[in-house]
Amino acid sequence: MVTKITKGCVIYNSPTSLGNKTGGWRTMKPVVDEEKCKKCNICWQFCPDSSIEPADRKANKAIKINYDYCKGCGICAAECPFKAITMVMEEK
Amino acid sequence: MADLLAPGHRGCAGCPASICVRQVLDAAGPNTICTNATGCLEVMTTPYPETAWKVPWAHSAFENSAAMASGIEAAYKALNRRNGTNKKPNIIAFAGDGGTFDIGLQALSGALERGHRMLFVCYDNEAYMNTGIQRCSSSPIGAWTTTSPEGSCSSGKTQRKKPIAMIAAAHDIPYVATACISYPQDLKAKVKKALSFDGPSFLHVFAPCPTGWRFPSEKTIAMGKLAVETGVFVLYEMTDAEPMKPIVTVKPKEFRPVEEYLQAQGRFAHLFKPKRDEVTLKRIQEDVDRKLKWVGLKP
Ligand code: SF4
Ligand code: SF4
Repeated sequence: MVTKITKGCVIYNSPTSLGNKTGGWRTMKPVVDEEKCKKCNICWQFCPDSSIEPADRKANKAIKINYDYCKGCGICAAECPFKAITMVMEEK
Repeated sequence: MADLLAPGHRGCAGCPASICVRQVLDAAGPNTICTNATGCLEVMTTPYPETAWKVPWAHSAFENSAAMASGIEAAYKALNRRNGTNKKPNIIAFAGDGGTFDIGLQALSGALERGHRMLFVCYDNEAYMNTGIQRCSSSPIGAWTTTSPEGSCSSGKTQRKKPIAMIAAAHDIPYVATACISYPQDLKAKVKKALSFDGPSFLHVFAPCPTGWRFPSEKTIAMGKLAVETGVFVLYEMTDAEPMKPIVTVKPKEFRPVEEYLQAQGRFAHLFKPKRDEVTLKRIQEDVDRKLKWVGLKP
């Protein structure tokens, strides 16, 4: 990739990392059971890749995983107190 | 709840540094300016022209994250004076343990003594992970690193971990605390408290690294809890109202055996096989007990 270097290497249109879809790193994939999700957002606090759209208790909306970026680390599944997330093998 | 660190960064799966930043920025909010010493966090979040930061952020050299933050604070003072304004954004300096305990110590000490209104956050993964897991003064006794290998004449790192929060507190600054990414409520409360002082504050964040400590990526949070529950890492805070008197904020009812923590990580595997290294295990236990005594959790 050829990049025109800005003065002082300033990046004006942050966050430009969005162009880097890290979902391809995944071997295991978190799958949410929306029935079991109690909307506590504990998983959201711990996701290293900002790949969880938080749940909304008022709207009765469960969390949603952003598979474009989720690296499949498994933290959300391990930390969910209600076992609402399971890790399954990624298939392509 | 807003994510001020965007996805698409190149941290390893299960990376604690990005969890630390997400929690700190969640507490600090968008009116924040960050500096970042060279290290995993800087490298993974900002390979030019990519950046994952949604707040103003600048990369310093390895040693001077604190000096750069000082300069930003001083610039705000000058601009406020000149323009008759009173803008006071949060100023947060991030650095890893290398950029704090070793290479960044002098700049940190200077900034703390000069009394700038800033928060210094050290995410401590106990070695130079970015360059290939070299030992740091933050690495604990017995830990394998590529420069403290295990073998017939070595049991991993020989020396104790540097008590960096105590060193920061000895500068007699308004607020010093330790935190862990596994306890986000505690961590966020401490960030808010730190930012409320009109002077320097220091936060030492324990950040278990799956890559460097050799454990599976889904255990990052569990490992932090295990460290606190075994007494290996203690969560406390100190203010200058009572200098050098740590107040423990998360107190386990009973401490679990330290070996549970050690056995869960590949970097300590040589202490258990081919045979138990009783000498080093005893040293580690004694070290944990001494530190617990230091913070008043053991008589
Ligand atoms: S931790 Fe579990 S229950 Fe809580 S929001 Fe996440 S998926 Fe839902
Ligand atoms: S598996 Fe890891 S990266 Fe993916 S959503 Fe869960 S915590 Fe985030």
